[in-house]
Parts: sequence; structure tokens; C-alpha cells
Amino acid sequence: MAPPTARCPRLPPPRRTRQPGRGGAGPWAPREAAAGGRAARRGRAGERGAGRRGGARRTMATATAATPGRARRGAPMYSKELTSKKRDEFEDILEERRLSSDLRYAMKCYTPVIYKGLSPCKPNAIKSAVLRSEQVQYVIKQLAKEMGESPDIIQEEATEILDEMGHRMQLGAVRFFAFTLSKIFKQLFQRVCVNEEGMQRLQHAIQEHPVVLLPSHRSYVDFLMLSYLLYTYDLALPVIAAGIDFLGMKIVGELLRRAGAFFMRRSFGGNRLYWAVFAEYVKTMLRSGYAPIEFFLEGTRSRTAKTLTPKFGLLSIVMEPFFKREVFDTYLVPISISYERILEESLYAYELLGVPKPKESTSGLLKARRILSDNFGTIHIYVGQPVSLRTLASGRINRCPYNLVPRHLPQKPSEDIQEFVSDVAYKMELLQIENMVLSPWVLVAAVLLQNLPAMEFELLIEKTLWLKGLTQTFGGFIEWPDNLCAKKAVLSGLTLHSNIARLVDGHVVLNDKGAEDGAVGEIVFRHALAVLMCATYRNQLLNVFVRPALVAVALQMAPSFRKEEVYSCFNFLRDVFSDEFIFFPGISLKDFEEGCFLLTKCDAIQTSQQEIYPTDKGSGTVSFLSAMFRPFVEGYQLIFRYLSKEMKEAFTEKQFIPGVRNFVFQHLEKGSTQCYEALSSDMQKNALSALVQLGAVKKKKMPNGFTYNVNQEAVSKILDMFDARIPVQKPVAARL
Amino acid sequence: MAAAAGEAAGGGGGSPSSARRRLRIISGHLRGSPRAPGRGALSPSPCKAQGGSAGPASGSIPKKRQELLKWNGWGYNDSKFIFNKKGQAEFTGKRYRLGGMVLPTFKEWIEKTFGASLEHKTTSRASLNVNDVPPSIVNEEFLQDLRATKISYSQDAEDRVFRAHGHCLHEIFVLREGMFKRIPDIVVWPVCHEDVVKIVELACKHNLCIIPFGGGTSVSSALECPEDEKRTIVSLDTSQMNRILWIDEKNLTACVEAGIVGQDLEKQLAESGFCTGHEPDSMEFSSLGGWVATRASGMKKNIYGNIEDLVVHIKMVTPRGIVEKNCQVPRMSTGPDIHHFIMGSEGTLGVVTEVTIKIRPVPEYQKYGSVVFPNFERGVACLREVAKQRCAPASIRLVDNAQFQFGHALKPQVASIFTSFLDGLKKFYITKFKGFDPNILCVATLLFEGDREKVLQHEKQVYDIATKFGGLAAGEDNGQRGYMLTFVIAYLRDLGLDYYVIGESFETSVPWDRVLDLCRNVKERIVRECKEKGVQFAPLSTCRVTQTYDAGACVYFYFAFNYRGISDPIHVYEQIERAAREEILANGGSLSHHHGVGKLRKRWMKDSISDVGLGMLRSVKEYVDPITSLETKIFYKALHK
Repeated sequence: MAPPTARCPRLPPPRRTRQPGRGGAGPWAPREAAAGGRAARRGRAGERGAGRRGGARRTMATATAATPGRARRGAPMYSKELTSKKRDEFEDILEERRLSSDLRYAMKCYTPVIYKGLSPCKPNAIKSAVLRSEQVQYVIKQLAKEMGESPDIIQEEATEILDEMGHRMQLGAVRFFAFTLSKIFKQLFQRVCVNEEGMQRLQHAIQEHPVVLLPSHRSYVDFLMLSYLLYTYDLALPVIAAGIDFLGMKIVGELLRRAGAFFMRRSFGGNRLYWAVFAEYVKTMLRSGYAPIEFFLEGTRSRTAKTLTPKFGLLSIVMEPFFKREVFDTYLVPISISYERILEESLYAYELLGVPKPKESTSGLLKARRILSDNFGTIHIYVGQPVSLRTLASGRINRCPYNLVPRHLPQKPSEDIQEFVSDVAYKMELLQIENMVLSPWVLVAAVLLQNLPAMEFELLIEKTLWLKGLTQTFGGFIEWPDNLCAKKAVLSGLTLHSNIARLVDGHVVLNDKGAEDGAVGEIVFRHALAVLMCATYRNQLLNVFVRPALVAVALQMAPSFRKEEVYSCFNFLRDVFSDEFIFFPGISLKDFEEGCFLLTKCDAIQTSQQEIYPTDKGSGTVSFLSAMFRPFVEGYQLIFRYLSKEMKEAFTEKQFIPGVRNFVFQHLEKGSTQCYEALSSDMQKNALSALVQLGAVKKKKMPNGFTYNVNQEAVSKILDMFDARIPVQKPVAARL
Repeated sequence: MAAAAGEAAGGGGGSPSSARRRLRIISGHLRGSPRAPGRGALSPSPCKAQGGSAGPASGSIPKKRQELLKWNGWGYNDSKFIFNKKGQAEFTGKRYRLGGMVLPTFKEWIEKTFGASLEHKTTSRASLNVNDVPPSIVNEEFLQDLRATKISYSQDAEDRVFRAHGHCLHEIFVLREGMFKRIPDIVVWPVCHEDVVKIVELACKHNLCIIPFGGGTSVSSALECPEDEKRTIVSLDTSQMNRILWIDEKNLTACVEAGIVGQDLEKQLAESGFCTGHEPDSMEFSSLGGWVATRASGMKKNIYGNIEDLVVHIKMVTPRGIVEKNCQVPRMSTGPDIHHFIMGSEGTLGVVTEVTIKIRPVPEYQKYGSVVFPNFERGVACLREVAKQRCAPASIRLVDNAQFQFGHALKPQVASIFTSFLDGLKKFYITKFKGFDPNILCVATLLFEGDREKVLQHEKQVYDIATKFGGLAAGEDNGQRGYMLTFVIAYLRDLGLDYYVIGESFETSVPWDRVLDLCRNVKERIVRECKEKGVQFAPLSTCRVTQTYDAGACVYFYFAFNYRGISDPIHVYEQIERAAREEILANGGSLSHHHGVGKLRKRWMKDSISDVGLGMLRSVKEYVDPITSLETKIFYKALHK
């Protein structure tokens, strides 16, 4: 953390030597001395921004981490730090924008810090290098041989793919964005807060090795904001993997392309040429250190604000140059971007309820401009510590599978490597989660959802404060404005989110406009909409709470307080929810121990040699935690019931979603359930995929997509386990 | 074992000029029948059986090695780097071209590169303290039997210590500051094949352990005596088996006793107008038997081949008996080639006693050359093209920028203003006119050999290729100095040790497409490891491509750092070297191109040749040497459960 005297931590002065050998001043002079940035950047802004510092400070009591779990893999790569941890402070980058000219800012001298080994080149030079590369040429020749076509035709095809895909980064476009985004962001957001120390670390990393930026994905604003941020700090602008849908937007698509976006098709598993060209394009940029590569591990925007399980394709592409030792190392930088209010919140809720997502279009974008008059609060961007891939791999990847085959041949990664990629992906997401800033409103939403339809305002404040303490105990990163009393914090949250909840006669109620009158169906839909929107904020807490909370749920499920039985239930829940929440693969026991430890820490449970039982004092905590996760437990049960009763024949996901939605809808109308969240298509998909993983549903690949077959008996059995009618199967390796 | 140790020490002060060579050839012809003076008849005479007496003394290396060679460093006693009274670096002695010359920029280079200072000096012990030396424990019955054979032996402490080590850094460090825990108990000097047979028989009879010793230039810890060896350790010094037994001009082969060192072999063959062309950088000191036992590689392998290409016949004494082929033919298909069990066996299977080796007429003409490239990448691309067109000169090497600067620092004081003016002009042309960055450019050194006309033609071909890769011819002088550097560098380590700088070299072979990545990553790894291990000043981490092949190249690394402020420098050094080796392996490089495995690299042996591969070697060992009369903790150890 910055010393209290330094009001505005500045980046050290720039350095742009071309890595001469030795010969500098100090012993390790050239590499170490100074990673430079622009010192002049902030001007007066710092003086104002100093007001609310220190909120980020938080501690977690020290603790010896529970005995390390027996991971199925070698050394456990991920272990959450349970000791006290300091986090960086934030600076508001909009502050300076409000004080000085946007035009001047957009036209400023931009000479970014770049990778030390970079020989500058134009976007087109990269494209032709990709086309000439042995990798692409090999696939072209192979395809030509197989299809009996001339290689020229396939080469032509590859050129087209590249033209569709490639970015055309131009400083002009960047400046245009710098200007317009300044205007828009100032309009939309109160503050955009960044940890400057993270930016400094990033600056260092960019010079040293190729860098991969891995931000969380909650909104389209994410990548715009990140590029904007790097421009502000005079760092090399990233090239961003974007979905091809953006190209559907006239002008905007091309503008994004010029700002460094490159476009990937949503699915291209079967197309070898596309895969080869795409992979080589990304790797060429990475190897040469052309620019930081940015993509979203989650693959798409999370509609629920809950971290999605990672996708591995792009990650394995960017890791390959290191595996093949084409680069010395690669830095992976987890970045957590959290929104006090998400721009797309209502769109997401509609989408989850089955109202289709509007296609990306320029006219749509223009129509959406009315949101400009709305207030979306504060954005927090936490740039995490760059993680060295080499360090992660040391001791993990000992054999050198790439030594025996020429490196340009496409080679399916070995199981070792795949497992490693998956571990890295989960680790990165867990790091994102760890550094994700939680606003007071997130706590309010969590409390409110357990106290519907209405809750007394004073009680809400009291509960929110209590939850704040609990969240901090569990390691959540709450940004609670300094000295702001709880009442004000809750009120400001309510003001910002007046579309979700409002204060009526000293009671807080959900803002489900139009739900009072109208048909039953309409009422249910309106209410569901409000619940889902509210849930979006509560969801931000879930991955922080999931380990202790599942222990709490397991405590209630288990037939006795015996440790093995509680653990069995925990393990069962962890398996069922493996797509819903983020768990590092293969360390179930460690997760359990972490959950128990955290619950013990907040006095909710006591453990003896054989038993785990809730304390009298902690029964409130335990029931709060299980209520927090009840929508998932109940929702899954509903969905499983639908599958075990209604689905006798093979079906596709397209058939499944409306079917299960209707099923849940009917139950809600009848009033036989209150679980509105089961209407969420996200939960429905996750539940289905959990069953696939548990072996209760068979997934088959068909020419027109996947079809599913339910094993009724297996699903009923799982249902029974949920209801604790039959004991869950004991995990084999349970040694406690 | 001997062999291409540290690519140290080149051939006695660079090669003699072509004119002198031709003179020698002519004088050889004048003398009529080729006879080596002072060296009995070149007939296949049996062992001269000089018995326990002084033995033949005509080889360059005497039995009392310490009379000629440093006891605690590399090479000749009279040759070393010093700082003279003016504080300028100077190389002493008259053996090398650099001898007696002042190197004005060298001091600055050392200070800049290592942060070393002349004020901070460590000194080696002045001489061996005989009281520290572990006692010689030899069974009296064996001694009696040994005396009966009349084979010369010694239990003298100095003799034993001298044969207890090779030239790894840690070994030299021990000599300077400590003492080996275990050294040979007795040194024996057989003078012929039959003597070796007798010694091996006695060893089996009395349950002793033999460690064959050739030139003592090993850089793999192969000569290190295992501390837990309870038996008497016999150091079998082959240096007195150094005769050329015969020369067959019709088939161009020569049968030579395995103890002969490189410089003697070439000198004596040259008297008959021949050479082997095998020139590892250690050829002044390393022996023929050592080359065979370690799969040595010579600088000029592009013309003459590596040792496996040169050898026609090998005679080796094993505890099981003598192994050899029944004829001297260029090639045979009789199952797996038994020569390939012997080559690379590193003394674990037996003692090589006689080798028939191919010879060639001494080349008429020799020419050095050099090419400057704008960067290392272009240089490697050029070497690759040269290899592809199979037109590599006798030697072609590419040094990186750090080594280029190093070579520059070893430039002697120029004799005239004219030369210095020319140098300045050259520098101006390359850096200013051609725009080469002196901190990035790199240099290839070349050596051509053969008929004058062909050499010139060949030279043109190579320079034409170089031009395509942005290379500029940079003169013969630079080339020659480049080659000189390789033998001088071994002496440099002793100087570094005096000023808290330790260093070592290691090598690997690697496919062409991975050369650049491997060089960059290994250098970077070294720098990183140094930093992590608390080394105070950035190390010298540099490489060169020293050999080209059809399918890849041999890469040589130098690595040195200033160890002031580190309490256990050798340990730190070993950790870093190990990390560098891991990096090499992860980058698709080999465990060794020509240094061998020894004890230093045995931990990677299994991964290098697979379990089954190691099992195959082990089963051969078990058959040939069932009671492990030959020291065996080299690479088989990895398999002993």
C-alpha cells in the first residue's frame, strides 16, 4: 500500500532502452532499475481522490490452513491464502477526466510501454506472418491433399478467415474511443476505481514477458473499460478476442477492430483450417510480444454476475508457446471488474427468463442511448498480481511431450497438459473472485431476498451490517465507503437500484411494477424479473460463501453430526453444484476443511474429533447460509424432478429449456413453490450439465447438436439424496 | 577420463601457418620413409617392457604431471593470465600466440561484466599440503604381485591427488581451498596393452577398483573417487602408452596406443605428412582413449568427422577379457556395433588400449575467416543454410554478442598506429555505415582447409550465403582470434577464481528449429536463477553455436558470476547449472553433445535414454564387469535400486 504521505501513487518515470546488455549503473541495472510509466499523468486529480482511501483495507485473521487435501494432481496449485492479506488501494481515474479536457486527453502523446523483445510491426505484417507460418501451411497442405483441392484455394480461404478475424489497430480509432468513452463513462458512472499498484505490476510484466489479460466478464463495458484504462496509463493496448456477433454491428464492429478487437467465431471445433489460422494468429501476437492478449475465461458475459466455469480453448492456445518453449515465460493477469450496477441488468433478467437477447446491432446501440441519463454507480477494477506460467508449471510438466514432434505440427495436448490447463483456468477464476470488490448493495440484496415480500428498513440495516462482518470473515473484499454509516450506505444502494427495490412506509419491497394487477402469469413473470435482478447482486457473494455455506447445508442434510456424514453430503453438493460455483478441481476435502474452518472462525460451528455441530449462538448464521443457497437446492430439485418425471425420450437443450420453464412456471402459479430462480435458464443448463457429469443423463453428439437421454432411476436417486431419504454415497477417499 | 574437456585449450597456439605445414610435409617427403624420431621403429612390435623403470618419456606429458602442469588449475605452469605492475592484463609464457602480450581493455571488461574489482582477491593455497591427503591403503599382497609385473607405480600423495579429479569447477575449488575426501590409493603406469591386461587381472584377483586416467581433462566428475568406496582404488594412468604402433598409408589408418595425447599424435603423424584432424579444444592434454571413452567431438569434424567416424578398430581390456573386432574394415553388419558400447562407456566397461584411427594427408592450405551478422537470429539462419547446402567449412562457429565483446576484450595491444587506424575504420564501416548495433551484432568464425584452389572456391560459396543473411566479411584476423579464445578461456577461469568469479561451460545438441529458443531461454534462466539465488551482480551468460549438422547444431554455453557475498558459491553454482540443464532438456536439447555424463549429469540419464535403454547398458556392464572392478558410479548408478 502506498505510504500515507504519497497522496497519489505515481508510476515511476519511463524507460525505453532496448535492453542493452549490462553496463548500467547498478548491478542488475538494465532489467530492474525502473519500469517506466508516465509520471505526468494524473495532474491535480490525486488531491481530490484522496478522500476515500483506506476502505479497501481489510484483514482476515490468521489461521493455519487445514491439512492439505490429497489432490488427484501433483502439487496442489491452488490454495487459498487464509492468512491476513493486504489489498491495494483504489484511485478514481474519472476524477482527472472531469477536471481536464477530454480532447487533449485523446490527443495526448501516447508512447506505451512495450515488451522488451518487441520489434514493432503492423497488423498486416502479423497476418502475412500467420499465413506463411509452417503451422498454417501444414494444415493447408493436409487439407488440400484430403479434399483433392489446390492449396491455393485453401490458402485463399485462410486469407479470408484472417481478414474476417484480424484486428487493425490504429491510433486514430484509439483516440476516437478515448474521447467518446471519456464522455460516456463520465455520464454513466460516478467513479472508475483502479488499484494503481496493480497497474504498476502490469507495466512491469508487459516489459518482461508476453502478457495475457484475463478479466471477469459481466458487461460489454469490460473490454472497452480495460483498453481505456491501459491507454490512460500509457501501457500497450491489448488485442481482444471478441465474439463474431459484433461484426453484425455496422461501423461499430469496424471501429472495435481498429481499437484492437479480433473476432472469433462462436464454434469452430470441426473446422481445422479455422482453428489453425486462429490459433496461429493468437500465438504469433503472443510470441512476438506484439501486444497483451485479452480474453474472457468465462467465454461470455455472465448473465447472473456469478463467475461462469472456464473455457479452456483460448487459454490452452496462449499457454502453448510456453510449453513449446517458444517464449521464456508468459504472464497471466487475473483482473476483477465489478459494477455497482450492471448496465445490462434488466436485459440479462429478460434473457434468463427466455426473452431472446437482442442481436448486436448499431441501431440497437443507438436506441440504448437513453441509459445515458441513468446512473450506474462505481466500477472497481482490481488488476491482480501477474502469475508466471513458468512458475505454475514448474514441477508439474516434467516430461517434454513436445520434444519428439516438430513444433509446427498440430498436436493434441496430452492429458497432463489438459489437466494443467484446466487447473490454471480455475486458479485464475478463483483469483478473480478473490479480488472482486463487493458493494454494500450486494449485502442488501442478499438479505432482502431472504425476507420477501417486505422487510423492515431498520432490520435490513441491522442485518446488512451483520452480513458485512460475516463476509469479511469469509474473505470477501467489501468496499464500504469510509465512515459511511450503515443507514446511508443502504439508502444510497436503494437509490441507485430503485428499479429493483424501494422503500415504502419504512419497509423495503421489491419493485415488481405491474405485478399487482394483470393475469397470474404476468404477475409471476414480473415478480420473477425482480427476483432475478436482485439475485444478480446477491450472486456476487456466492463464490465467497460457497464453501462454508455448503457445509451449513450439509449439516442440515446429514442424518447425524458425524464428520464423515457431513463431509459426504458436502461432497455430494459440491459435485451437484460443480457448474454452478467455482471449485478448484480435485480438492474436495480441502474445500470442506476451509468451509469448516471459516464456520468455526465465526463461531457458527464446533468441531470435535468425530463430530461437527452447530453452536447455539451460531444457529442464526447456519440457517442464514443455508437459506442463501436454498434457491439452488430447491431449484435443482425442481429441475431434477422435471427431468425424472417428464423426459422419457431423447431431447435437445432447445427442447429442454422451454419445457422446464413451463414446468416451474406452473408450480409457481399453483403456489407449490416459491423458487423463482428455477426459472433462470442459467440454472437449468447448469443442473442439466451436473446430471451429465454425475452420469444420470447421457449426452450424445448428433449432427445437429447434442441430445440428452435421462436415466430416470439415477435422477430419482439423486433427488432422494437431496431429500436425505437415502444416504449419499461416501466419497472413496474420505479420510478426515 | 580425458576428452574434450571444457573445450579448453586449442592446438598449441593456434595452428601453424600453412607455409610451415607445407614445409613440414616436404621435409617429411625428403626424409623418405616416415619415421618418428626418438620413437623406436614404427613396427607392430610388442610391448617394450621397460618394466618398472622410468618408462618412455618422449610424450609431452611426463609421469610427474605436476612438473609441467598446474596442480590447482588448467594447463601449463608457465602459462597464465596475470595483472602486471601497471594493472594491465597479460598472458605469460611463450606457448601460445597470446603469450607475453598485454591486453589493454581486458581489465575494464572484467570489471564491467562481473562487477569484480582487483582489490578483492582470493588466493589459492600455495602448494599441496601433503598432510591433508588421505592415506594410501594398499594390500601388501597386491603390491608384491604388482612389483612382479615390473609395472611402474606410485603411492606418492601428489601423484594420487593429481589423478583424483578432472576440471569441473568444484574440483578445482577443492584443490584451491580444501581436500578431496577420497583419492586413488595408488597410481600405475602401464606402458603397453599387456601391462593393462595384467593390471586388470590383478584388480580382479585382489578385489580392487580401477579408474582409468587419460589426460585428466574430464568435465563430468567422472574421475571423482566415490567417498564410500572401501576397496583400494587404482588409478590406471595411460599416459605412458603413447606410441604410434604403425601407419598404413594404403588404407590411411594408424594404430595408436590409447594414452597418446592429441598434440603428440598430431605432431608425430605430421612428421609422416599425416593428421587425424581430430581437434577437440582440449587436444593438448586429452588422450585418444579418453576421446573414445567419451564420444569426443573435434573442432574440424565437418571434414574429418567425430571420433565415432574416425575409429576403425578398438582394443579394450575388460575384466571379462579383451574385446575387439577381427578385421579393420570401414563398416560391417554384424549385429549392433560393439564399438558403440565402448564409445561413451566412460571407463565403466574397460580400459581402451589401442585404437586404429583414420588418417589424412596434412592439408595443403588453411585459411581463417569471419563474418559479422546484424544479430544472432540472422547468424543462426546462415549456419542453418550452410548446413543445408552441406558446404560447412572445417569449422564454423557463431558467437553471440556477449562473447563477441569478450573476444574483443582479449585483443592485444596493437603494434602500430596504422593497425589501430584500420580497426577504427572497420568499426566505423560496420556500425555507422552498415548500421549494425555493436550491442546486438554477432560474429561467425570460419576455418577452411584443403587444396588452395578449393579452399578459395569454398570460401566464396560460404561468404555468398552469408551475404544473403546480412553478413559482412570481417577478416581473417578476427577468425583466428575467435579460435584462440576457446583455448585461452580455460586459463581465464583460474584468473577469475582469484577475483571471486567462478564459471564453467556446458554444451548440448539441439535440432535446428529450436536453436534460437534454447539459446535465449537457457541464458535467461541462468540470469534469473542467479538473481533468485542472491548473486549480487548479473552473471555472464553467453553461448555459441559450435558445430553444425544436417539435423541440428551443437551449442556451447559459458556462464560465470561474481560470488562475493555468497557463503557457499559452489553450491549456488551447482544449483544454477542444474537449472540450466533442466532448461536445456525442456527445450528439446540433449544431455550432452560431447562432454559425457559422468557423475555430474547422471540424474538425467534415465529420462534421456528411457528405463529400458539404461537397463540394456546395465546388462552389458553386468556381463563385462560382474564384480565391478571398474568404477561404476557413473551412469549405471541411476539404475541400482
